[in-house]
This record gives sequence, C-alpha cells and structure tokens, in this order.
Amino acid sequence: MKPKRTHILVCTGTGCVSAGAFDIMEALKTEIKKHELQDEIAVVPTGCNGFCENGPLVLFEPEGIFYRRLKVQDIPFLVEEHCLKGRPVPSLMYTPPKEKSPIPAMKDIEFFKHQKLVVLRNRGRIDPERIEDYIAFDGYMGLAKALEMSPEEIIEEVKVSGLRGRGGAGFPTGTKWQVCRDQPSTPKYLVCNADEGDPGAFMDRSVLEADPHAIIEGMIIGARAIGAEQGFIYVRTEYPLAVQRIKKAIQQAEENGLLGEGILGSDLKFTLSVVQGAGAFVCGEESALMQSIMGKVGRPKQRPPFPAQKGLWGKPTNINNVETWANIPQIILNGGEWLAGLGTENSKGTKIFSLVGKVNNTGLVEVPMGIKIREIVYGIGGGILGGRKFKAVQTGGPSGGCLPESMLDMPIDYESLKSVGSMMGSGGLIVMDDKTCMVDVARYFTDFLAHESCGKCFTCRKGLERMLEILTNICDGKGKEGDVELLEELAIMVKEASMCALGQTAGNPVLSTIRYFRDEYDAHIRERRCPAGFCKALITYSILEDKCVGCGACARACPVDAISGEKKQVHKIDADKCIKCGACAEVCKFDAIDKS
Amino acid sequence: MPKLTIDGIEVEVEKGTTLLEAIRFLGIHVPTLCHNDGLTPLGACRLCIVEIGKPPRSKIVTSCTYPAEDGLYVRANSEKVIKLRKLIIELMMATVPSSKTIQDLASKFGVTQCRFEPEHEECIHCGLCVRMCEEQMMAGAIGFAQRGKDMVITTPFDKTSDICRQCGACMYICPCCELRCQGPNAETTVCNGCLNLEPPCLDTYDDKMCFLDPCAACELAGPFRSDMKKKDEA
Ligand SMILES: Cc1cc2nc3c(=O)[nH]c(=O)nc-3n(C[C@H](O)[C@H](O)[C@H](O)COP(=O)(O)O)c2cc1C
Ligand code: SF4
Ligand code: SF4
Ligand code: SF4
Ligand code: SF4
Ligand code: SF4
Ligand code: SF4
Ligand code: FES
Ligand code: FES
Repeated sequence: MKPKRTHILVCTGTGCVSAGAFDIMEALKTEIKKHELQDEIAVVPTGCNGFCENGPLVLFEPEGIFYRRLKVQDIPFLVEEHCLKGRPVPSLMYTPPKEKSPIPAMKDIEFFKHQKLVVLRNRGRIDPERIEDYIAFDGYMGLAKALEMSPEEIIEEVKVSGLRGRGGAGFPTGTKWQVCRDQPSTPKYLVCNADEGDPGAFMDRSVLEADPHAIIEGMIIGARAIGAEQGFIYVRTEYPLAVQRIKKAIQQAEENGLLGEGILGSDLKFTLSVVQGAGAFVCGEESALMQSIMGKVGRPKQRPPFPAQKGLWGKPTNINNVETWANIPQIILNGGEWLAGLGTENSKGTKIFSLVGKVNNTGLVEVPMGIKIREIVYGIGGGILGGRKFKAVQTGGPSGGCLPESMLDMPIDYESLKSVGSMMGSGGLIVMDDKTCMVDVARYFTDFLAHESCGKCFTCRKGLERMLEILTNICDGKGKEGDVELLEELAIMVKEASMCALGQTAGNPVLSTIRYFRDEYDAHIRERRCPAGFCKALITYSILEDKCVGCGACARACPVDAISGEKKQVHKIDADKCIKCGACAEVCKFDAIDKS
Repeated sequence: MPKLTIDGIEVEVEKGTTLLEAIRFLGIHVPTLCHNDGLTPLGACRLCIVEIGKPPRSKIVTSCTYPAEDGLYVRANSEKVIKLRKLIIELMMATVPSSKTIQDLASKFGVTQCRFEPEHEECIHCGLCVRMCEEQMMAGAIGFAQRGKDMVITTPFDKTSDICRQCGACMYICPCCELRCQGPNAETTVCNGCLNLEPPCLDTYDDKMCFLDPCAACELAGPFRSDMKKKDEA
C-alpha cells in the first residue's frame, strides 16, 4: 500500500456491511474520482471496529477522525468538506448520549479509549483481504522468528506468556501444546475452533474478518511447535464473510510459500483447510467439534482420552480457539514476557468481550484482563441506557452467571469470575437494568441450554428440562414453597454429574440468580409478585385515579380496546380484556398507569 | 498395571480396565442402567457416578466410562455420590414410572419421594437398544435423532427399517418397555408372544421404539395388530 495523503478506512465487518458499508465505499471512490483525488486519497476496506451499532463507519487517517452512521447521500458533502476544504464535518461525528458536542477523534471516544488492542490490533487499520497489508504491520514476522527457534523454545515462550485458552475453559495453552507434542503417535492435527455458537457473541467472527492472517500465522507457529502437518479451521456456515476472508487468506498464504511444503525455505510442512459447520451450540465443544469434522454427528465424547492424546482419527490433536491462535504471532515476536506484562497474576494478556444489553454503547471491546466490570459498563459502555439503574451483568455466555451491583468492582479474570459463580466463557457481557426480572433471565438461559443440550446425559437432558419446568411455573405465578431448593438441587446435579462442559456449567444461571437475587424468587413464589414488573402473569395494569388527566392516549394505544373513559375523565382498564402488552404505559405521559 | 485406591482398598488392575470393572472386582456395588458388559460404554444414565480425587479437588465421573488410572483415589459411595444418585433415580422415576428396573432401583436406594410430575415416557434414552442393535446384532437399524429435550430413538427418517432383522434384541434389553405387555387385555385371543393382542404399547407405537413389523415377540399377532388394522381401514 503506497502511502497517500489521506487514508479513508471503511469498516467492512458484517455489521457495517449490513448497514450499507459497500455502498458507502463505492460512493467515496466515485466522489474522490470526481474531484481527481485518487492519487492522494486511498479508500481501504477494513474489518470490524466493534462499534457496529454506529455503522457504517469510516475513519480518516492520519487525523484519526471518526464518522458514523453514514448514508450514501452524505458522501459528496463529506468528501468536499473534509478532503477538499480540510473542514471535518461535525454533524457526521459521534456524539455521546446526553452530550452536545461531537467527539472528532476516534481515540477520544470513551468506547475506544479504555481498550487495549492486541488480538484486534489490525482491526480498522488493514485491508483483511490483502496479505501485503498484514505483512506491512509485522505480519509473519513472528513465524520468521519461530522458524529460528526450536519447538521447545516456542512452547516455552508460550508458557512464559501465561496465555490461557480463550474458548471458555482457560486451560494454559503452552501446557496443552506440550502434552500434544509429547505424544509419540503421528500424524498430529491442529484445529482452530471458530464455531462461536453463543448467541450474541461475535468476537471470533470479528477476528476472522478483520485479521485472518493472524490466525493462520498462529497456527503455522503451532504446527512447528507441536509437530503437526495438517490443520483445520472450523467455522460456522452462518458466517459467510468470515469464511470467504479466511479462505482467501489461506490461498494468499499458499501463494506466498507460507503454507504447503518447505515453508519460508525451511523444512516445515503444513496445510490448512476450512471446515464449515452448521451445527448446534454444542458442536463448539471440542470433542463434538472433532466428531463433526470427521463427518459424524456432533455429540461430546467422554474424556479421557483428551484430544491431545486421541483426537481426530484417533491421533493427537491440538484444538484452540480463534482468539488463542491470534495471540501467538505477537507472543513469539515480542516475547512471552511482553504478554505476561499485561493482565493479572493468573490471567495474562487481553480478552475480547461482546458488550450488549442495556448500556449506551454496545459492541466488541478488547480490554486487558483484570479490568473492573464497572470500567467496562460505565466507561466503555457509557452507563445504563436511559439513565436507569444497573441490576446485573451476565458474563460468560448462556451458561454464565449473573453478578449483582456489589461485584462491579471485581477484576475480570478467570479465577475471580469462577469464584463468584460465573465464568469467563467466550466473553459475553450482557448488562441488565432494573426492569429485568432475574427469574425470567434464569428461565431464558435454561430454556436455551435445555434445547442445546445434546441429550446424551440423563442428568443434563432431564435436569435442565425439569429446571425449566419449575422456572416457567414460577414465572407464571404457579411457584410453590420448596421450588427454589429443588432448583438448586437439580442445578448442582446437572453441574456435577454431566459429562461435558455444557452440562457442567448449565447450572450457573440458576445458581447465580438464586445466590444474588433470592428475594426475587421469593417475591414470585410467596407474594405472586414480579418485582421488576416483567412476568406477565404476575402483573396487572391499572390507572391511578389521582394521576390520570383523561387524555385518552392509552385508550388509543390499547390494541384490544380494554381502556374506556370519557374525555378529561379518569380512564379505566378492563382487567378481563387486558392482554398486558404494556402499550398504555408506554404512551401515558403522566405516569398514571400502574404496573404491579 | 495401574494401582488405585477404591473405598480405601488398594487394588491393582490390568491396563484398559474401567473404574466400574475395578469397583465390581472388589465386590462393591455401584448401580448402572445404561451399562451392559457386552456393549461399549456410553455414559448416558449417569447412575454409576463415583467421586475421584480428594476433596476439595474431587470430581464426579461415570465409572463405566472412566479408565482405572494409576494412583486414582476413588470413592464409590461418598455422601455426595449418594445424594446425586438418589436425585437421578428420583428423576428417572418421574420420567418412566412404569419401569420395573427403575422401580427396583428406587426401592434399593431408598428413594421414597418423587417431587416431579410423572411423565410416563417410554424411554430413558439409555441407548442400550441402539448399541445392542449395532454391536451385537450387526444391524445398525436404529439410532438417536434430534437433540436435548427432543431426542428420540428411531430408524432413519422414521421409516420402517429394511435392515432391521426383527430379532427383538432391542426390546429384550430395554429397561423401560418391559411392562408393556401385562397379560391379555383383549378378550378374544391369547397370544403366545407377549400374551396380548392389543398390547398397551400400540396406542403410542408410532413414535416409540418398537420397530418390529410384524412384531417379533408376538409374531402371530403381526397382521392383526391394531395399528395395522387402523392403517388398512384408512
Ligand atoms: C457447549 C460448548 C460450546 C463451546 N463452544 C465453543 C466455541 O464456540 N468456540 C470455542 O473456541 N470454544 C468453545 N468451547 C470450548 C471448547 O470445548 C474448547 O475448550 C476450546 O475450543 C479450547 O480452545 P482454547 O484452549 O483455546 O480455549 C465450547 C465448549 C462447550 C462445552
Ligand atoms: S453434558 Fe449435556 S451436552 Fe454435554 S454430553 Fe451430556 S447431555 Fe450432551
Ligand atoms: S394516557 Fe395516562 S393520563 Fe391519559 S387517559 Fe390514559 S392513563 Fe389517563
Ligand atoms: S396493557 Fe395493553 S392490553 Fe392492557 S390495557 Fe394497556 S394497552 Fe391495553
Ligand atoms: S429388532 Fe431390529 S432394531 Fe431391534 S435389535 Fe434387532 S435388528 Fe436392531
Ligand atoms: S428404547 Fe429402551 S433401550 Fe432404547 S434407549 Fe430407550 S430406554 Fe434405552
Ligand atoms: S408390539 Fe408386541 S412384542 Fe412389541 S412390545 Fe408391543 S406387545 Fe410387545
Ligand atoms: S462491522 Fe463495522 S464496527 Fe463492526
Ligand atoms: S452405567 Fe455408567 S453412565 Fe450409565
């Protein structure tokens, strides 16, 4: 890429593309041509910046000016003002909620300010479809260095870095490699787990889309360290752009002598292929995933033997998550000590989280391990949506736990999260406000898990099914004394006696909500009341006589004509007709509709 | 030869032995449901759980699938194991209350209450029939389909199987369908196979796991089966 006066980096991750990023890119190119600026200004497509709800977004370098939610009709004006007249356009910049003046530079925006990019270092900066761009930013330098090192030295470096698996369990990566290397049996295989079945999670997709070569480089280094000659990248079919980019990247690596025989003139041999899976959530579990690669039904298998001992086709197999692999090149290039300098005692480096729920800024964020939850929710996330009250944050994907306000200052790392009944998982963070019913949250996740359980273990299958039954009863106002204790007993059984990590973590949503929000369960069961006003069976809508001014807005909004009343007179809700849709409460400007 | 400690007793076993085999070798009782000596262990019912390692770092595993590793510290009937096992049996009772095997387990392990609504299902998904059919009868006519709550045992595409050789082994080994034929219900005939021409299973036969067509146990009844009759009439 020849340096030009200005680089316009257009985000072409899945989020921005669906918001029309390619049209924006075309429009930019057309405008630039029209003004004959094509020799001075380059338009570069990049991977996801993590701030997708603001897409399509572009970044003007070197000034670092950030424009968002662009429409094709904005482009002529933008190019004329910014590129010709040198006047950035404030109206297209990002303005934080509740503030008036826009923030021009990306680095000053709260969402980006607290992040620390290691794995995502190339996001929004290179064209993921050009290997030259990757190489321009030290790409494949880690591999070059690794080829000068012995396999033992590489593994030692990974051990020193303290890197732990980012796929959920947090197993030390160096140790895992060592076990696989030490197996006498050959051939050995490598697998990159890019199944990413957690609803709402898209960190792996984003790495694949923004920097596919980092994964490939990591795997080639792994191949040298472990002694494997063949690798598989298992991507879910629902990620077409990611599949396309990783395939293209593999092809480019092959053309450049980075894959195949005699890699970079050494005696290293390694081939990579992409396997597309359209499986269930449980197919992300490593043993199920390997079954799926071998063309069988994706059901977890009993361990031991572990994949490192007997994996694909009964041979030693090392399986790591996308994010884990993408850390490797930089560990080798900068040394293990470098990564170990980031994070906490037992959790090193950074972690990508997908921040969603009731926060002002949602998106994908990479932060150092050990960061406080508060900093993510209130710093990066910009606080709770609509100024409401924080209630809980759910970490770790569907089988994570819900943590209350008192945990906001807890550092995020593997051990801390586990000790309070949650987990790191793949990095989901769902923020909930005071309108969220915690019993319903437990019901929601248990429902998901009951459907995603592969069904093999009686405990996981029936345990979850029965838990769901009890939770549904409680939400429907049919809970009874003893339900909470029975739920706890079942959740512990599912956790303790099931075979794979799905079952072994599936009790978390229930156990954590009972632990921290027991009063909500009791209110549902004993008082038939949903404190958050969410469970439909437990709320009734009524109009407060002293507040209603008789404007009639509610009556017009009600879809079932349940509200009656004369103009300027107090209105009334017919409880028999009311379907509890909440439309009336939404429209009443006088807070006259009571939900209890 | 791995050496391990089971309930305080040291024992040396051959390599490749499972924990369950080692435990049984010592004469210690551990209940099983989905295990059968002639079939590959599956680890589905979770009844044979034991605790390995010393608390607080101990872990629950199914003994039928876990290898007897050197130095393992095993407790086959620890407090935790017994508590979990009882809950598993209670859940099984609620799932298939009519199974004699499960009723026996319940009385043996002192499960006297059932806090769940009974479901009266006909299958506990132990997978014995599937493995029996594949490994002993070499037919592979039936298997698991769907997942989680919806998992069922069936033939490919739910069609009458043409590789099923109607040996009846799947029914023979099933711990749940044993109570289906409870003597003659129909007034008109006596059937030697299952002593019943209108067996209780037939109402729900369609989505259940008796795949025999005609029925092997009650061969005679084959063409007269009420579901076949219904089909003819339709
Ligand atoms: C139900 C279930 C789903 C999983 N899904 C994923 C996934 O989508 N991606 C992933 O990398 N790991 C997933 N895992 C974890 C993998 O089993 C495995 O631990 C991981 O790929 C190992 O890589 P790591 O050491 O780099 O974390 C899942 C585990 C379970 C139990
Ligand atoms: S724990 Fe659940 S998902 Fe895992 S193998 Fe058992 S039934 Fe399947
Ligand atoms: S919208 Fe509110 S104030 Fe107006 S009639 Fe309905 S309840 Fe009364
Ligand atoms: S909650 Fe919905 S159905 Fe009930 S009164 Fe209000 S608008 Fe009508
Ligand atoms: S009867 Fe058919 S399905 Fe059953 S074990 Fe024999 S061959 Fe298999
Ligand atoms: S049909 Fe019987 S043998 Fe087959 S899985 Fe169900 S309970 Fe087990
Ligand atoms: S069809 Fe006949 S043999 Fe088969 S289970 Fe029913 S009664 Fe028994
Ligand atoms: S796709 Fe553009 S920010 Fe995510
Ligand atoms: S006997 Fe071991 S799990 Fe069923």
